[in-house]
Parts: sequence; C-alpha cells; structure tokens
Amino acid sequence: MTLGIETLTVRYGAARIIEDVSDTWQGGELTALIGCNGAGKSTFLRAVAGLLPSTGRVTLDGAAVRQEDRGAQIAYVPQDTGATSSLTVLEVVLLGRLRSLGLRVPSGLIDEAAAALDLFGLARLQTRRLDEISGGQRQLVYLIQALFRAPRVLLLDEPTSALDLRHQLLVLEKLKEVTAATGTVIALALHDLNLAAQFADRLIALHDGRIRASGPAEEVLTAGNLNAMYGVEADIVRLPPARLQVMPIRAPAR
Amino acid sequence: MTTTVRAGAADAGPALPSAGDYRALVRRRLLWLAAGVAAFLMLTVADIASGPSMLGIPDVVQALLSPSRASSMTRIIVFDIRLPVTCMAILVGMALGMAGAHMQTILGNPLASPYTLGFSAAAGFGAALVILTGLSLPFLPWLSIPLAAFAMCLVAGVVVYCFARMQGMSPEIMVLAGIATLFMFQAAQSLVQYLAAPEILQAIVFWLFGSLVRASWSNVPIVAAVVAISTVAVLPSLWQLTALRLGGARAAAIGVNVEALRIRIFVVVALLTSGAVAFVGTIGFVGLVAPHIARMTVGEDQRLLLPMAALAGADIMLAASVLSKVVSPGAIVPIGIVTAVIGVPFLFFLILRGQRRNW
Repeated sequence: MTLGIETLTVRYGAARIIEDVSDTWQGGELTALIGCNGAGKSTFLRAVAGLLPSTGRVTLDGAAVRQEDRGAQIAYVPQDTGATSSLTVLEVVLLGRLRSLGLRVPSGLIDEAAAALDLFGLARLQTRRLDEISGGQRQLVYLIQALFRAPRVLLLDEPTSALDLRHQLLVLEKLKEVTAATGTVIALALHDLNLAAQFADRLIALHDGRIRASGPAEEVLTAGNLNAMYGVEADIVRLPPARLQVMPIRAPAR
Repeated sequence: MTTTVRAGAADAGPALPSAGDYRALVRRRLLWLAAGVAAFLMLTVADIASGPSMLGIPDVVQALLSPSRASSMTRIIVFDIRLPVTCMAILVGMALGMAGAHMQTILGNPLASPYTLGFSAAAGFGAALVILTGLSLPFLPWLSIPLAAFAMCLVAGVVVYCFARMQGMSPEIMVLAGIATLFMFQAAQSLVQYLAAPEILQAIVFWLFGSLVRASWSNVPIVAAVVAISTVAVLPSLWQLTALRLGGARAAAIGVNVEALRIRIFVVVALLTSGAVAFVGTIGFVGLVAPHIARMTVGEDQRLLLPMAALAGADIMLAASVLSKVVSPGAIVPIGIVTAVIGVPFLFFLILRGQRRNW
C-alpha cells in the first residue's frame, strides 16, 4: 500500500497552515511526523484523513481518493483523550467497525473486539465506562478501536502522549508489527524524538507548514535541523548498534 | 561515555477474560428494559382505572382483554374516555423521552431537552395566537390550536436550523440559536397574553400548563404516526448516534458524517416535539429526565437507550397522569404541573449525584 500526497495545502482564513506539501508514505514502514508545537502536524494528518478542507491530492496506490471518501479508507486517531461519554470500553472498540454494526451485532464481532482489547492487556476493562478509566487507558482504547477497524491507512496524532513507558513501547512495537504484517500505511505525530528515532523507519520534520527534512532518523535528527525547528541546542548521540539519541542541552533566548 | 539503563522484559499479564463480562452487562441491561415494560403495563392499567369513577384493576384488565365480557358502562369509561387519555400520555411520554435523548446526544449536553431550542415557547405562541384571535379551520375546528402550535414549532425549527447550518451545525451555535428563538417566542407569547381579555387569558394559561384532557381518538393516531415515523427514521443511524457520544471529532474520525447526522436528528426532534406539544401543551422535565433514567439503567448504546428513554418517558407521563387524578379527588390537576413537581427533585438528585456520573 502506498499513500501519495500531492501539493496539499490547508488554509485557516488567509493563513496557510500547510503549504504545498508533497510526500509518499509506504506500507510496511512506520512514518513519524516531528516538529515543534504549531508546526502543523495535527492539521496535516487531519487534512490527509479528509477531516479538514484542503487543496491538492491524496492517492492510494496511485488512485486519487476524494476528501469525502477518505473516511472509509483512512483511520485517524485524534490526540485528545478527554471523555464525557459513559460508553463501555468494548462498545468503543466495536465502533471501529461502524459499517458492520446493525440492530443485531454478530457474536463473533464482540469476541473479536474483546480479543483486540486483550492484545494490550485491556480485556478486563471491557465493561468499564470510558469516563471511569485513566487518560492513558483511554488513549490505548482509541488506538485499539483504530486497529480493530483494520484500515488501509492509519494516522495517529500523538498516540503515546498519555502512556507510561511500558505502554509507549508496546504501542510502537505493535504498530511496527501491524504495518510489517499487513502493509497498512501508518503515520504518527510524535513529540518524543528518541521514540521516533528508535521506532520510525522514516521521519518527516515539519516546520511552518512545510517539510524541512525527511528520511531516516540520522538524516533528519541533526543539530542544525533541531536548532532551526525547535530553537534548541542538542547533542545527537549514536548508541551501538545503530541507535540514535537526542540530548537537549539548552534553549537559548531567541 | 554513555550509560544505558535497560529495564527487564515485561511480565505476562493476568489470565484473560473473554467477552463474557460484556454479555453479562447486556443481559443486565435487558432486565432493566423488561422492568421498564413491566412498570409500563402496571401504570397503564392504573391510569385507566383511576379517575372520578374509580374502576377496579380486574375490571380494567377484563375490559382490555375481552371487551365483550365487560359491562357497557365499563366499556364506555375505558374505551371512550380513559384509553385515549392514556394512549396520549404514553405517546407524548415516548416522544419527549426520545426527543430528549436525541437532543442530549447531538448537542453533547446533559441539560439539553426537547425545549432547549425554543420549540415549547413557539408552540405556546402559536396556540395563544389562535386562542386570542379565535381563528378556526373551516371543517376541523378542533385541529386549529394544535395545528398552530405544530406550525410554530416547525417555524422555530427552521429559524434555529438556518442559523446553525451557517456554522456547520455545531452544538454551541445550535444552543445559542435555540436560546435566541426561545426568548423571541416567549416575548411574543407574553405580548399575546398582555393583549388578551381575562377569560381568553385563562384559556391561554390553561393550554400552556399542559393537559391530557384534550386527548381524543381523533388526535391520538396523529401523535402515534409522528412517533412511528420518527422512530423508523432513526433506526439506520443508531450506531452513528452511539458514536456521536464520543464527540463530533472522534465520530467524524471513524466515518460518521456528523453534520448530516445532526441535521437529520434535528428534524426528527422538531417533529417529535411538535407532535407532542401540539395536542397536550407544554409538559416539562419528561424530555430532560427520561434520557437520564435510560442512561443510568441501560448505558449509551442507542439500540437500548432510545427504547428505554421512550419507556421511561411513557412511565413518567403515566405516573404523573395517575397522580394528577388522585391528588385532588374530583378534579384533574394539569399534568404539566405534576411532571414539573416530580421532575425538579429528580433534577436536584442528578446534580447531587454528580453531573458527570451518568453522562
């Protein structure tokens, strides 16, 4: 599976939030979007998912997908983990297969939803209400919902922001596993550059609504790029066998 | 020099439950639904039995199950006098219960009710205007006031819709447009009352109280048709409505056309509320409280929530109808007053219990 993005532009009024961005995301590899707050990561993902008006083209395996049709093929998981809903955890996961749900829900589908929760050790929460569980658990539930949907493209906005260390690793390992096994195109916005370096096959550095750099971590996470994007001084440490670690030093006044 | 601290591999989790817990929860919810049906049957019989000429429960049951074996007097009381009122109570309760559930879902607000968008004020204005002017339909004079109330509800719906549509039917804009419409029609209603002579004013005020005494076999089928059409119209959207409880952004992210859904449900709410208010006047709190009872007992799955909200609405209306007849023997207190008297303490209970607990 290949997702093509051609000259994508998003405007809020007169302001251009995303400007003429073109790129290609491959299934089988994990793509991470990095950039400072306000760089346009969330807007970019939402526009690709067809949830924001935009100009330009999005293609799947070369075929253009209209904005209104993207929801059927592209799953998007927003960043917000707040909840005012008393839906149960299992019901939230079931909603991932919205198009398969009718007045009667097949018993097998309920079992599949429980099994999907089980992948992240959350099957015991199946009857808990969404507003009763922690923000991190909610974030996992929304991720499980998206995976349960088995989409062709999965876009995630900060999917690990509320997770503990163990679950951060579990989630990113699972996403790598899914994209490798199914060829699903998976792209995620990440603030944690070290996680991005460790798990992503390809990084896209967004700055002021444009792609500043893209490629493997060692090409994107350079001291120059980090200084230009975040306004920080940082050391890039290479760890054996082939890992890379960003160590921020200071944020000089601009 | 670099020091790396590496944590050990994670332990395996505890033994895994199947979907059995969820299935048990669904069974408990179905039991609540059955309890709602049982209460509905008992209250229906109690409502038919109560009134100035009290009937025994066995007489009512016998008249309903085998009318030919009941005395002619009992048949007349049950079928010609009491049953239309009971049916109207049931249908109005169902309409307001479902309309309230829809409003709370599409506005994402636990305090929303069918009247949040100014529909009751509009209906009140329509009715008051016809009572003041004495306008009457040529061949169907009994339909003049209900039709005016219904028409004004729809006018309010169109006004709110036009404003909200310009801003993508966002809940905030819908509520703001609804409040503006509410004040506009309340002011118009007050003006009509100000202009009315004392005896006309009394008729207007009685209409505004809300009463089931206007129910008849002529108007019950109309409300029944409104409830049936509105129910069928939402059946294909039950899971989309369930998804909307995750918020508009998340519902959109899983493929719900949120704006189109809000528009469709808005029209259904306008229809349900207009149909309910047109024949019985303004009946408060049923549309606010019934969805909360439903949510507390059967959760947010709209396949169960909507029937339960309809049942709870019908049960509240039937209980209020019985109370309105027994609280003051020989007289019937307007049911709108009784539902408010029951509803206000319940609302306080919900607030004390914690606003978010069942939302």
